[in-house]
Amino acid sequence: MVTKTRLTRRGLLQATLAGGAALALRPTRAWAATGLLNVSYDPTRELYQDIDRSFSRFWAEGHGGAPVQIRTSHGGSGAQARSVLEGAPADIVTLGLAYDIDILAQNGLLATNWQTRLPHNSTPFTSTIVFLVRKGNPKNIHDWPDLIRDGVQVITPNPKTSGGARWNYLAAWGWALNQPGGSADSARAYLKKLFTHVPVLDTGARGATNSFVQRGLGDVLLAWEDEALLATREIGPDQFDIVVPPVTILAEPPVAVVDRNAQAHGTTEIAQAYVQYLFSDAGQKIGAKHYFRPVTPAILAENRDRFPAVHTFDIASLGGWTKVQKEHFADGGIFDSIYTK
Amino acid sequence: MARFIFASAVYLLIGLIVILPVVLVFVMAFSHGLATALATFADPDALSAIRLTVIMTVLTVAINTVFGVMAAWTLSRFRFPGRGALIVLIELPLSVSPVVGGLVWLLVFGTQGWWGAALERWGYPVMFAPPGILLATVFVTFPYVTRTLMPVMIHNGREGEDAAVLLGAGLWQILWHVTLPGARLALLSGVLLTTARAMGEFGAVSVVSGHIPGLTETIPLHIETLYNGYQTVAAFTMAGLLAIMAMLVVTARTLIERRAGARGLIA
Amino acid sequence: MTGARAFPLWLPRRQHDALPGFGPGLALTLFWLGTMVVLPLAALIVRPWGEGLHSGMQAFGHAAHDGRMLSALGTSFGSALMGALADLVPGLLIAWALVRSDIPGRGLIDMVIELPFALPTAVVGITLATLYGPNGWIGGPLAHLGVHVAFTQSGIVLALMFVGLPFVVRTVAPVLRNLPRDVEEAAEILGASRVQIVTRVVLPALYPALVTAFGMAFARGIGEYGSVIFIAGNQPFHTEIAPLLIVIRLQEYDTQGATLIGLVLVAISLVSLAAIRLLQRHLSHGAG
Repeated sequence: MVTKTRLTRRGLLQATLAGGAALALRPTRAWAATGLLNVSYDPTRELYQDIDRSFSRFWAEGHGGAPVQIRTSHGGSGAQARSVLEGAPADIVTLGLAYDIDILAQNGLLATNWQTRLPHNSTPFTSTIVFLVRKGNPKNIHDWPDLIRDGVQVITPNPKTSGGARWNYLAAWGWALNQPGGSADSARAYLKKLFTHVPVLDTGARGATNSFVQRGLGDVLLAWEDEALLATREIGPDQFDIVVPPVTILAEPPVAVVDRNAQAHGTTEIAQAYVQYLFSDAGQKIGAKHYFRPVTPAILAENRDRFPAVHTFDIASLGGWTKVQKEHFADGGIFDSIYTK
Repeated sequence: MARFIFASAVYLLIGLIVILPVVLVFVMAFSHGLATALATFADPDALSAIRLTVIMTVLTVAINTVFGVMAAWTLSRFRFPGRGALIVLIELPLSVSPVVGGLVWLLVFGTQGWWGAALERWGYPVMFAPPGILLATVFVTFPYVTRTLMPVMIHNGREGEDAAVLLGAGLWQILWHVTLPGARLALLSGVLLTTARAMGEFGAVSVVSGHIPGLTETIPLHIETLYNGYQTVAAFTMAGLLAIMAMLVVTARTLIERRAGARGLIA
Repeated sequence: MTGARAFPLWLPRRQHDALPGFGPGLALTLFWLGTMVVLPLAALIVRPWGEGLHSGMQAFGHAAHDGRMLSALGTSFGSALMGALADLVPGLLIAWALVRSDIPGRGLIDMVIELPFALPTAVVGITLATLYGPNGWIGGPLAHLGVHVAFTQSGIVLALMFVGLPFVVRTVAPVLRNLPRDVEEAAEILGASRVQIVTRVVLPALYPALVTAFGMAFARGIGEYGSVIFIAGNQPFHTEIAPLLIVIRLQEYDTQGATLIGLVLVAISLVSLAAIRLLQRHLSHGAG
């Protein structure tokens, strides 16, 4: 009797372990084939939740009602690109800046001309960098020079890991460079000073927003416009104000199908449909709803009250991502030099 | 009076350091009522995180228990050259940062690592997939079973086993009927330690996981995702679930140790 | 955490080994150790030289001048040191309460004291950050007094204290329990005061256990990640810990940089453990 129970128990244990092992060690390809994985950057959590639902319905209507499961993961743009580079099975990447997708292209995950494959440089929505301040703007912050006044604390994430932070940094750089008498040296001096006002350097844009909004750190958050609007309208109504600086940068977060993974998963067709959907009227409207500036002029015009006209410069005016990355963010670049004591 | 001050100091310390954080977890989880908290579990990503955590914990405990018992047997019953070095090696993961525990696997199985590219070509990616999570978890919980089992096995001595050999018993019979029953409580205690550490591991898993909701997120990683997505209630509800699981394990272990302690088995 | 006598390194010699299982036992142990510990750690050691000896030396040379890495290591080291030290007094107090006092609720204390060890580190981190943040239950009142804990080095030390406390209690309590009472009684008869008994008799007997406990809390603290990153400010040169810098280096595609920090971190904990073992040997010799 005793032996019998023991045997059954052992049998049960073996069965559980074998089942567990089979489940856990099943190749990820088998998972990915049942759906689509979009590896995205930090502030798009709410946006892609909505897009995924809406695209899934759209796809089901056109393809015999079979719903598709779309998963989206979020993190700092650089961190996300690295995980795709190291093997995360992304069919689509929707990252904070083109350079992070360039890295993937350089490693053979997708064609190097990826940016020409979709309209608007593969950028379905644009955004810009604004200041989020505490209600009533107690520190009276209106322009870039105000950030380096005594007693002002600035929250911005780490430019080496966060796409948004690179836009923040470059917005400040571009402004300083274009001041009367501005030069690379004066811009560097401005940034060095700026970063002494930064008490916490999160790895992603969302972490920085959390530091500012939920932990109450700092006087001003340098943020994506969409993230700032989300914070003022939905997370803490009546706690924050948005200040649009007189000059700022045009942020262009692009999207692409990761050819090699999509082919391996057999999801090329649906992945392409997904990225094209972002440029459709339906996709553009969802973007606007989540405070991303649509690239379709008509839909941007419909949302004029939400997106005031801003005076911006773009990344091309700074020489393009490859040059900027090398000069500023590579090991031993300008960012390292301003962060060395 | 001195006693009163002493007692208050102890209560204050325990309350402030240990109890208050746990209380906070539950207060935050139920801050919008029970229904909102429970709605967390309606999310398929949450369920999949729970499932993954359970699977990973069960597998880790199984692997580390089987090998841990064999290691404790070998190291407590035989003298051989290099024994001391093996013991040091087994203890090593305890003093290695969890982040390093994840990083080392990336160096071996990452696409840029030794074997990662080849494995991925064959359709078996290890990193940013459940096998990588398993490896990282096994690494950080590696020593616990051997560590709790060995002193007790040495303390118990080998008379019973020697007698069993004379009676003609083989290795498995000895282990199953003599050695392990004698060290039952220590084994259980080691298993529970492994369980507690495995289900809550964050640093090592976070390096190798890729954070894909529904696929490679364990409960601790899902908590971080929820927290970053402003879903505070859901984040703390999941944290509460994990805290309850941890408390169950701790309670079981304390009860076991108390029984063992009464017999002087575990110091 | 069986603490003080974790692994006896030497066994009494036996001439005849009639027990079976040495072969398979050793084979399984070596296989398990080889795949799960030696292989990955070998990767850690070999990787910096992956592109040749020269490039490896260069990387080390570069790292030796990397102020940010050095200060992150310094922050981890210093905070782990302070956290482990700060754990000793409360740990001793709680251990005393557990085995020497009759205060009510000892059973409960015995149980909850292990929670910091079992609670997932991310939960600990998020909770402590909420509790001690500027709007938190404890952080709020403290902020009014001008004391800032979260997002400063005090926050890191606090988190490390939290995860290290069970190590101290669990290591000291059994030794305290087994301490013969007659010496204390003799001292009392000889007219020693309570304070004298504790400082002259009890504490010296506890030194080896305290050193072990300190070592375990320190080793855990120097590599701790999950509970720290939420409450530390993560600011380079101030509140950035070494494990976080590993993650950041990885995210910057700098695997070599990450590997170097990992290697240094492992080396620091090994050297500290060896130092503690030496100190312990010294102490037990001193005690006779």
